[in-house]
Formats: sequence, structure tokens, C-alpha cells
Amino acid sequence: MSTRQQPLAPRGAPGGGAATRHDELARSLGWFSIGLGLLELTAARGLCRALGLRGRETLIRAYGIREVATGVAILTSHDPTPWILGRVGGDVIDLATLATGFEDDNPKTINLAAAAAAVAGVTVLDVICAQGLIGQKRLSPPGAFDYSTRSGFPRPARTMRGAASDFEPPADFRIPEPLRPWPPDRM
Amino acid sequence: MKALVWHGTRDIRCDTVPDPVIEEGRDAIIKVTSCAICGSDLHLYDHFMPGMKSGDILGHEAMGEVVEVGKDNTALKVGDRIVVPFTITCGQCEQCRRGNFSVCERSNRNKALGDTAFGHTTAGLFGYTHLTGGYAGGQAEYLRVPFADSTHVKVPDGISDEKLLFLSDVFPTGWQGAVQCDIQPTDTVAIWGCGAVGQMAIRSALLLGAKRVIAIDRVPERLQMAEAGGAEVIDYNTESNIVGRLNDMTDGNGPEKCIDAVGLEAHAMGAVDAVYDRAKQAMLLETDRAHVLRQMIMVCRPAGVLSVPGVYGGLIDKFPIGALMNKGLTVRTGQTHVNRWTRDLLRRIEDGQIDPSFVITHTIGLEDGPEMYRVFRDKQDGCIKVVIRP
Repeated sequence: MSTRQQPLAPRGAPGGGAATRHDELARSLGWFSIGLGLLELTAARGLCRALGLRGRETLIRAYGIREVATGVAILTSHDPTPWILGRVGGDVIDLATLATGFEDDNPKTINLAAAAAAVAGVTVLDVICAQGLIGQKRLSPPGAFDYSTRSGFPRPARTMRGAASDFEPPADFRIPEPLRPWPPDRM
Repeated sequence: MKALVWHGTRDIRCDTVPDPVIEEGRDAIIKVTSCAICGSDLHLYDHFMPGMKSGDILGHEAMGEVVEVGKDNTALKVGDRIVVPFTITCGQCEQCRRGNFSVCERSNRNKALGDTAFGHTTAGLFGYTHLTGGYAGGQAEYLRVPFADSTHVKVPDGISDEKLLFLSDVFPTGWQGAVQCDIQPTDTVAIWGCGAVGQMAIRSALLLGAKRVIAIDRVPERLQMAEAGGAEVIDYNTESNIVGRLNDMTDGNGPEKCIDAVGLEAHAMGAVDAVYDRAKQAMLLETDRAHVLRQMIMVCRPAGVLSVPGVYGGLIDKFPIGALMNKGLTVRTGQTHVNRWTRDLLRRIEDGQIDPSFVITHTIGLEDGPEMYRVFRDKQDGCIKVVIRP
């Protein structure tokens, strides 16, 4: 029996928790998403002014709603993976929106470039997190473990058919006699 | 003592907690020699089951040596070696007297919660939410066993823990799953899920005389273990149309008996209804994913039997009641009436008819428990069944 006896490699949160570093990163990104979203919702005008994106306040607020919803979903869902992947998609939209601001008449292109660099950095974290979460659920390839002899029977399985025929099922676990299928010769 | 403690979604820790004490006269305290992580513990790890509180000790598969006995407990004495059934049973209520131990009317000390959640309370369970009593579980160095004069299986010395431990849950659960099918020698039995319960159900169906057993899963090593136990297998990584495949394998008739050993966290990549379930679950519009139940109803031969040992906790959607009704299917469900089966199953272990330890893939200490929950949940490292030696 290939029973693991060695201590597991130290992984997970301090204190012996079950979360991996990718789980922890997902939680951090969830909180970040909520924080950024609230900022976009409450300070859209100031953000647009600082980035030279005047007239896009409504769009930024919509992005804020998206960020808050995604963050809440990451923190509360049973599996954050699809929501982290959603964040990657959101990052692409954010970068595309920032790219539209790089025009000759925009005096805030330095701020814009800094914002784009920040979003790109977060995108890298999102991608790392998504890859990690997906990777830790990837199944082993066929043949990685050999359980072909683990029948639990003392003889080949095919010879064990009906070996418990001495067992009498309780009446309440049987189909009532009047409801049983008729034997073929009665039809 | 050390124990595995639930602190929140995917947050389980090996903590130091107070030792249990005798609270009622019928109690006993055992020193846990072996316990296990059950597939249904993963529903708590992922927090699909409501009713958990931070600080709850997990675990409902345990055995050990009695170290203290309450004043009214005349059935046990210090030094007895016992397996602890996961269902806590008073042994005296009407349901217990009928052998319906998993719906004991007295052992859930949070009866009002149980009544609210399920209409009527069910039995208290170890380490399995406050809906079923909020009792401390057995993934610990010591365990308080309430109603211990009824809630125990005395086991002899000379047989290893590994062979006996699964009398606490997965062996009788797989066995009951098969017995509920009322298997006839002409029956084909299809079993969804090749985790520990599914593996036990495969072997139980074979022992009970099924003509064919067909097992369905997506994890290679689980399918290999199912084949070792005498099953034909369907790998739904490569076969997306399970209903069609099962019909093909049975001359278009469908299997006469179907067993759901999966429960509420069914994985089915790509299936439309599975995507729908995922979306509704993410939006908190349903609690359980019913992919397996739908397939069983659609593929089962008319007048057949559906057996559901897999755990469900709340509400599902798109349940094909029309097919269920018009095909005249019988549905049998329930947590396991453990004590109803253990005397017989212990004899089969003693006689060497079956050795349930075949399913153990990992043996660890308590301190590795949190990490192993994740490994088990993610089906990594060939993990099928984890035994913990506290």
C-alpha cells in the first residue's frame, strides 16, 4: 500500500491553515478589488481629472461597480477561480480604457502611464493567481498512481459476485412484494 | 488536546483546544486511535453546508479506546475498543427502535434548527454543523461520545484499525447505498462517484450479486480502483454523454439501479446544466448541484431504483420530476443507519470476505490535516481516503 508516511511539505497559511498561497493571494485581490471599486465609485470625478479622462466619469463608476461585485464574489464564493479569471478580463478592459487617453492634447499622460503600469502589475498578479488556482486542481495523469491491486477482496473480484447472498435485506429496504416485477413466465 | 478546527471557508487549523469532559450519564470519552477525513467533510471545508461556527471540531469517522464512562453507561467500560458511528443514536426513541438510527428523534440537541431546516429533526452527527447538534468531531486526540451506551460498535482486538475504522461511515454507507437498490441477479447497477463511498458501494453491489456494476468518475486513479473492485468504468473526461454511453452499454435499456455517491458538489465540465448550476450557486440562488440526480433520473430503466447516499444539504433546481414520476422510479435516500449494518459487516471483515483498508491512500498526523483537506478536495497526490493517527 503506497501510504504516505512522510510529513507533508510546509505549505499553506501560518498556523497550519489549509489555504494555499494562491488562496491567500485570491483573498488579497478580492479586498483590493473592493477597495479600488469603492475608490472608483466615490472619486470618479477626481480620478478622471487626474488621468485626463474627463467625460468618462460614468464609465469609471460602472467599473467601480464591477470591481466591488468581483471582490465580494472572490471573498464569498466557494471557488474564486472564475472570479479571478473575470478580474483578468476586467484588467484588459481597464488597460484598453486607459489607452484611449494617450492623446497629444492630454496633459496628464504621465499619470496615465503610471496608472497603466499599476494595472499591468495587478494583471500579472491576477494571471499568476488564476494559473495557480487552476494548477492546484489539475488531476494527475493516468498511470501516476497504481491502485490496480486494491480490490479489497481475498479473491479476484469476478469470483466475489454474490458472495454476500446470505444477507437478507430488511423488509423496509425491499420493493414491496405486490410492486415487484412479475417473473417472465407469468407474462 | 490537538484537534482539527473549522475557522471558515477553506480555513481549517490544527489547534489546541480543551479536552472533552463527561456531560451526561450515558456519555463516554475515547482516546482516538484513528480517524478519517470523509468526502462529506469537504462540504464543510468549502462551506456548502450551512450551520458551521468558527471553532467547531471536525470529523465523524473515529475509533479508539474508552478512557472514561458516564455514571449511567453500563454498556461500556474503560479499556473497551470501539468504533464510533457517525450518527448519534439514543437507542430508545421510536425511530431507533425501528432501526432508523440516522433519524433518531432525541440525539440532535439543536432540534429546533433541524426542524426548521428539514421539516423534522434528524439524528445528531459528530462534527457536522449545528443543524445536527453541533457536536465536537473526532479529528482530535479525544472525543466525547454522547449516548455512548448506544452509539458504539465494540470491536475485537487483533484486527487493525485500518480494517475496522470505516465501520464508522463509508463502509456501511456504501453498503446501505447498495442494499437500498434491492439488487437482483439480473441488475446492472450504475454508480456515480468513485470516492470512498462509491468504492464501497461498488464492492457491496458486487457482493450482493449485481450482474454488472458500472462506475462513473473523472479521476484516473479512482477509476482504476473501481476496476480493481470489479466495475466497468466510464471516464467522463473522455465521455461527455454519460446517459448515452450507459444506454449503449445496456442495449438501450438503462441500468436498473443507480447510486449517487457524489452529492451536492457534482463536477461536470461542459454540461449545460452543470454550468447553469455553477452560475446559480455562485449567485446564491441554489445550494446544491444536481447534475448526477438529473442523469440518474433520465438514464435509469423505467421501474428502477435510485439510491442516494451522496449528501445534499439544501435546494436544487431543474429537477426532472416528470421523468421521475412517469418512469415509476423508486427513490431511496438518507444518512446511514450505521448500527443496522455493522454487526453483519464486522462479521464479513472478520471472515475475510472484504478488507475495507484497500481504500486508504494517505496516513498522516493531525498536524498535517489542514493541508490534507486541500489535497483531498483538489484530488491531488492520488488521494482517495485519508486516515489520521492523532
